[in-house]
Amino acid sequence: MNFDLTDDRQMLQDSLRRYLADKYPVEHRNKVAYAEPFHDDAKWGELTELGALFALAPEDAGGMGGEGFDISVVFEELGRVICPEPVLGALMASRLMTAAGADQEALLSGATKYAVGLGELDAPYDLDGIATVARDGKLSGRKSLVYGGQAADVFLIAAKDGDALAVYEVQASDVSVTGYGLMDGAGAAEVVLEDAPGKLLLADAGAAIEDAVNAGIVALCSEAVGAMDVLHKMTVEYLGQRKQFGRPIGTFQVLQHRAVDMLTEIEQSRSIVIKAAAELGGPDASRYCSMAKNLIGRAGRLVAEEAIQMHGGIAMTWEYPGSHYAKRIIMIDAQLGDTDYHLSRVAAAA
Amino acid sequence: MDLNFTPEEEAFRQEVRDFFAENLPDDIRDAVKNGGELTKEIMERYHAILNKKGWLGTTWPKEFGGPGWGPVERHIFDEESCAAYAPRIVPFGLSMLGPVLQKFGSKEQQDYYLPRILNGDDWWCQGYSEPGAGSDLASLKTRAVRDGDEWVINGQKTWTTLGQHADWIFCLVRTDPDVKQQEGISFILVDMKTPGVEVRPIKLIEGGHEVNEVFFTDVRVPYKNLVGEENKGWTIAKYLLTHERTGIAGVGFSMLELEEVKALAKKITRNGKPLSEDPLFAARVAQAEIDLEAMKLTNLRMLFTAQKQGAPGPETSILKIKGTVINQELKDLRRRALGPSAAPFPGSLSGSNLDVAPEGHANNAARYFNNRKTSIFGGSNEIQRNILTKTMLGL
Repeated sequence: MNFDLTDDRQMLQDSLRRYLADKYPVEHRNKVAYAEPFHDDAKWGELTELGALFALAPEDAGGMGGEGFDISVVFEELGRVICPEPVLGALMASRLMTAAGADQEALLSGATKYAVGLGELDAPYDLDGIATVARDGKLSGRKSLVYGGQAADVFLIAAKDGDALAVYEVQASDVSVTGYGLMDGAGAAEVVLEDAPGKLLLADAGAAIEDAVNAGIVALCSEAVGAMDVLHKMTVEYLGQRKQFGRPIGTFQVLQHRAVDMLTEIEQSRSIVIKAAAELGGPDASRYCSMAKNLIGRAGRLVAEEAIQMHGGIAMTWEYPGSHYAKRIIMIDAQLGDTDYHLSRVAAAA
Repeated sequence: MDLNFTPEEEAFRQEVRDFFAENLPDDIRDAVKNGGELTKEIMERYHAILNKKGWLGTTWPKEFGGPGWGPVERHIFDEESCAAYAPRIVPFGLSMLGPVLQKFGSKEQQDYYLPRILNGDDWWCQGYSEPGAGSDLASLKTRAVRDGDEWVINGQKTWTTLGQHADWIFCLVRTDPDVKQQEGISFILVDMKTPGVEVRPIKLIEGGHEVNEVFFTDVRVPYKNLVGEENKGWTIAKYLLTHERTGIAGVGFSMLELEEVKALAKKITRNGKPLSEDPLFAARVAQAEIDLEAMKLTNLRMLFTAQKQGAPGPETSILKIKGTVINQELKDLRRRALGPSAAPFPGSLSGSNLDVAPEGHANNAARYFNNRKTSIFGGSNEIQRNILTKTMLGL
């Protein structure tokens, strides 16, 4: 039993933390996250030069990591600065391409940006509900809320191919892409496919898609832990500084205990993410990922809403950094299955 | 990151599992499983079984007759003893006074009391809380005044768990009323047979007799029954509390409880289907299971820290808060699963062959009510939040 990071992962964490603290301060983040193209292409280049994407893929796929804990380290750091770069799409695409044995050098180097189209308007989370179809290598349908889709060069699209789910590689130039910004920063796209030409990446892709979703869940949960940790520290600092009735509001027990409850849930979140990361790729991965996403959904809502409440009016402003952390933490719940979706999966498996 | 136990630790787990399979008497296991009364006779017999193996003083180093386990071995022992439906070791002599005497006691005290604790010669109880001193323990008023070679003690202790069985009580008493509260407290050992000691039972919410009031009227004990220095008892009290916190998450008990709830929900019929297929009930069970799964890891993370640093840190208060909340939720789920079958008063159906609850699930409302104590004792969950506010938040 050992809960310390390996030396390699510690180095990765240190270098990412230093780079992001230096180059992605919240003022810059807010400037790029809410305006087209909803990320910063120059910073994307620097981030990929640091090897952030290589850490997400295993060695035999050309990467240097690819385990749950590698993913966790990268995304926790991204969460600490609520980074809007489209790393999640790269991670999930890389999982699919690793399963297919496809060359992913252009992905890992950051030269080509990938986004993964799974969810649809009437089936945001449930793979069984996918209505996009593939016939003779042509795809038709609409993928909704494709995260990072506004900036993607290539889409990996899940489609019904006969009775099975398949994954096709589709060029952005062959589909209609309507990009937009998100409430919590960064961007997404509606992708409409009308007999769009696709290259078959994976036939009978159910298991590979499930693995990519699980990896994405480990990533989002780690991102949430990083963001919650920062937002909690901001809240505690504010409680120590803000004075009312002639004393710091952090001397009021009602607020102290609520700040402790936030801490307790963050520690529980950290624990369940460690478990999910450890199980990623194994036979029980889906179960533990659902547990993690459910717990993070509940903890995230508590941490974000309590942070806003305890800051008072200041957290209702655009100017205050904490408000952007709160938005990101809340909206993570709507990616790759929310609290209720994953609770019902855990309940059904019992 | 490595969530696995070492091969040595796994071998130890197997050894503990085998030990319980071979040595835990059926009647004791059944009493634990069915929520029956754990009598003094049962507990003394169980302690003797562990002592024979050298595993009774789970926190004790080898030099004092303990097994010399570290935090991980203790954790494995706790998990396996729970899984085997073994009782929880009565903590007052073994996990509380023992470590205190080992750290603060004189050689003479160690030589006399420690073997007697292991051998079951003395049953100890804890004299901490008073009617006016619960969470604010340092405000305690029971007074000890020195008179030559003796202490004269007057006052009252309360919530004295299993004091009705006890031969001895360790007490926090006020020995200097004129200084700051924490600086006038001493730690003194009292023979319960001393004239002037009177034990009165307190009947608990569910009807059981676990706790007592203990009255002291001009009780005279030898001066040498003082542990550590005079007026330094608060230091000892705080040390003892850190030991009380080990294993406080109760993960093993909650894991058993979860399995019981799940098994029960399959047996019980509601709306013509097993209760386990009711989506609302299943969702509540699933949520408790998720919280417990996270708790297991939180517990292991803190064990890892304790092993590295040599002692559990203040963050263990998180285990107390979350561990008791989860366990209480599971107790509630079991009571709700049973519905009206949980209602009969314990014992009032005995002698009849008409059971209303499935075997092993009687007395469940009683267990639910009794278990509300866990978020109150050992430093209430609110006191734990105060501790975390100071130590972890710095507010």
